[in-house]
Amino acid sequence: MHEMSLAEGVLKIVEDAARAQGLARVTEVRLEIGKLSAVEPEALRFCLGLVFKDSLAAQATIELIESPGRGVCLDCHAEVEVTALFDPCPRCGSTAVQVTGGREMRVKDLLAE
Amino acid sequence: MCTTCGCGQGETRIEGEHPRHSHDHAHEHTHEHDHHHYGLGPAHAHAPGLTQARMVKIEQDILGANDRYAAVNRQRFRERGQFAINLVSSPGSGKTSLLVETIRRLGNTVPLAVIEGDQQTRFDADRIRATGAQALQINTGKGCHLDAHMVGHALEHLKLADDSLVLIENVGNLVCPAAFDLGEAHKVVILSVTEGEDKPLKYPDMFLAADLMLLNKVDLLPHLDFDVDRCIGYARRIKPGLKVIQISATKGEGLDAWMDWLQHGLQHAKTARQETVIGLKQRIAELEAQLKPV
Repeated sequence: MHEMSLAEGVLKIVEDAARAQGLARVTEVRLEIGKLSAVEPEALRFCLGLVFKDSLAAQATIELIESPGRGVCLDCHAEVEVTALFDPCPRCGSTAVQVTGGREMRVKDLLAE
Repeated sequence: MCTTCGCGQGETRIEGEHPRHSHDHAHEHTHEHDHHHYGLGPAHAHAPGLTQARMVKIEQDILGANDRYAAVNRQRFRERGQFAINLVSSPGSGKTSLLVETIRRLGNTVPLAVIEGDQQTRFDADRIRATGAQALQINTGKGCHLDAHMVGHALEHLKLADDSLVLIENVGNLVCPAAFDLGEAHKVVILSVTEGEDKPLKYPDMFLAADLMLLNKVDLLPHLDFDVDRCIGYARRIKPGLKVIQISATKGEGLDAWMDWLQHGLQHAKTARQETVIGLKQRIAELEAQLKPV
């Protein structure tokens, strides 16, 4: 359940931003979660609900934006979309696909008052 | 409260430290709710002109705080020529047995310390200390992984000479520790042949994060239906080119290759430190030369 640690990390980022910018209340938090990141979106959403409770983001809606997985085939050198870490290359079938993107876990922005 | 970074650590306990009360640094905001709850609805029903809703760009990594602690640990290791590895696996793969045997083989040739992560008990640190080596137990409470912050505190308690080997045994868990950089030079994943050969596909993140896979308990292969080539193939499907060493921590097979890998890492860390020291001395000499004519 490292989603709990991640949720606490999100709250810390939100609270730091609120303090720095004098925000009283956060109404929406947008997160970018890569398709290939080690995060289960629904578990993260659940944990965010728990850690946001009693915070200035208690009423915030949470929007998760999934960024696609990307990789490079080491055999045919194609840049390909990857939906799972063990996907073979869709062009040549090689399993030697090196992941190059889609592991992001970021707080993108907030809506706040 | 921690005097270094002002933290409270919740349920985490580091041997030799008094349990800390989780304090309020993450929660010191006041609840300035006014009575104008305009924007609460799921349909974003902000009433224009009534609230001062605004969008605030953040663009920060969720693990940014951990990564900053990890960078501090990494620099600390680099400056001291210490070679730190983060051993990760499921529970029962033989991590502690491998460490005990590794320490026995190293004897007194290399200064070393072990940081043990478990949810509860000091059993593993006690096993390491029985070898005569320095060990520190971190109990993560309900936490499922070590993080860089805990390891930074552990390093304050250990007396580590320059050019030491630092062995970090993570919580037995093939999922969560993958995401948390501790500042180590390498993650080493240990998989035992008594587990399924398809573990690399089932828990791919860990195999992607690792730089070395140790396939342990190979002495048991004659009794098992475990396809080594298939297992290694699965691991390299996750991480092309992943280095694999087949070992038996209890019978000794493959351990020479493992010890060579460690020695290579130790030498590399030591050389990097020496080069840094030489570089700094040159720089000081240059600055002193500039000062003389004044």
